[in-house]
Amino acid sequence: MGLDRSTLGLGAAALALLAAGPLLPDWLRFVGTVALANALVVLGVLLLMRAGLVSFGQGLYYCIGGYAAGVAGKYWGITDAFVLLALGVAASAAVAAALGLLLSRYREIFFAMFTLAFSMILYGLLTKTQALGSTDGFNVVQASFAGFRPPQASVKGWLYALTVLVAFGCAIALQRYLRSGMGYAGEAIRENEIRVEYLGVSVRRVIYAKYVLAAVLAALGGGLQALATGHVGPDMAYWTTSGEFVFVVLLGGTTHVGAALAASFLFELVKSYVSHLSPYTWQLSLGAVLLAIILFLPKGLWSLRERFARKAA
Amino acid sequence: MLKLTAILVDGVIYASWLFIVAAGLTLVYGVMRILNLAHGSLYAIGAYAAASAIGWYFKAGYVPAASYLLLVGAALAAGAVVGIAVERGVLRVFYGRDEVVMVLVTYAVLLVLEDLIKLVWGVESYSAYQPYQLLGRATVGPVSFANYDFALVGVSAALAVALWWGLNRTRQGKLLLAVIYDRELATALGINVTRVFVVTFAIGSVLGALAGALTAPAISVTTGLGVEVIVLAFAVVVTGGLGSIGGALVGALIVGLARAASVHLWPEVELFVIYGVMALVLAVRPQGLFAHAAARRI
Repeated sequence: MGLDRSTLGLGAAALALLAAGPLLPDWLRFVGTVALANALVVLGVLLLMRAGLVSFGQGLYYCIGGYAAGVAGKYWGITDAFVLLALGVAASAAVAAALGLLLSRYREIFFAMFTLAFSMILYGLLTKTQALGSTDGFNVVQASFAGFRPPQASVKGWLYALTVLVAFGCAIALQRYLRSGMGYAGEAIRENEIRVEYLGVSVRRVIYAKYVLAAVLAALGGGLQALATGHVGPDMAYWTTSGEFVFVVLLGGTTHVGAALAASFLFELVKSYVSHLSPYTWQLSLGAVLLAIILFLPKGLWSLRERFARKAA
Repeated sequence: MLKLTAILVDGVIYASWLFIVAAGLTLVYGVMRILNLAHGSLYAIGAYAAASAIGWYFKAGYVPAASYLLLVGAALAAGAVVGIAVERGVLRVFYGRDEVVMVLVTYAVLLVLEDLIKLVWGVESYSAYQPYQLLGRATVGPVSFANYDFALVGVSAALAVALWWGLNRTRQGKLLLAVIYDRELATALGINVTRVFVVTFAIGSVLGALAGALTAPAISVTTGLGVEVIVLAFAVVVTGGLGSIGGALVGALIVGLARAASVHLWPEVELFVIYGVMALVLAVRPQGLFAHAAARRI
């Protein structure tokens, strides 16, 4: 596969964001970092949703990724961002490899509710663990990068760059994966599982692989988010967190990974305003927008792009 | 022996609470094929409505004994109003979609309701302890229990009988069963499925609100009440078999007793026990205990 349009477009966007980094005001750069870290989780939800599976518990791996980075820094004195992220990925992959054996047997509402249940178990455990700060969580160490220890003031800038690289790197890889045989198998499963089995593909194995992959992406997102905000808490595993990831996927649509990145950024931007202006109506507006999307834009905002492109042609 | 008594009594009390919550969830799923995530919000609305009504009632200083009527009345009113509003206002538009899409729709409803609860009742907690204390306590052997909790078991059992009787011995209930067996055929036979849906969703919502209202005197009513409930109720319903009322009853008993046993014997694993039981049952019977004949879903 050569350099297709998606790869070039995403690569160009990543370079533009990297170049713009030093010019952005601090708050916007922070929103961008958080948005892209969360976008990694959203990519995983997107991957599962293309196979017809709604995960209401991706916060589980988001939280594991964050807490792995936090615990390794707090108790073992590790500050290297790459090691911290790798630890989160390893922990998440291990948990997903075990839970995936059970979850890959289920579809539809069962899959949705079981993933939700597992993340709520972790939430319950963490709120009862005094050593890890119970409901308050704890602070995460300041990151260093492969031996390089940037001064306090510029750490956020370096984290932003790292997040851009990881998020877009994963997005490009995922887009290529989605265009591969295994990627298309996901859509085939959503359309008709029995036919896929008749073609000689093990549906369970495909779903298992996608589930673990989504967990790895979520752990990366959780780790980066923990390093960027300098704090982890059990709320990362709470159902509202997972619900927001599902919301962002539906907002953007599942046709292209770019939709997940853009929708995640849009979501964080709006959230940082609205949730401060009127904290009691934030979820209400989310719910209303979600209903409107399901009703009027079932393929998400990204489908507007195609609609306009078709009109222009 | 002492522990065994405590486990049995606690387990049955917890199970009776679980059954009231789970019955509404499973009824709505059985008839409408909608897994209603907003069921937990109705539970919360019932709890808030009851707590504020009780608070007002006792402040006004009326006869304390009649507060139980108010408790149930508040739940019935809140559940019916919100349930019908949600069904007619939102769900109706989405009928015929995928089960997963319906989960997302009810998730959106849940988000909206959670904020509406905050807007109406604020974020401070409410308590309505009077009905709980009024009944006093009783001792079973050496262990003391609140009489209110025993009353809850009675209410739950009465509800189970009423639901069974309503479904199997009344005309309306038989119409409902017909819709559950085969929606298309029921429509063809002239059953007004739209009306059945409205009524079912209203009953399901009332059951959710009732569970909340009955729990309100025993707890402090705060935000975020509903969501833990929906996850629990789902575990119960799945253990028993989605859409089966009898399954919800057995599932509630199994989960309730298992949880009580773990609380008394091994409290650290309390969280896992509920899901552990569920996983165990599903490993042997993937459809749950009582969903074996596909047509017999309630």
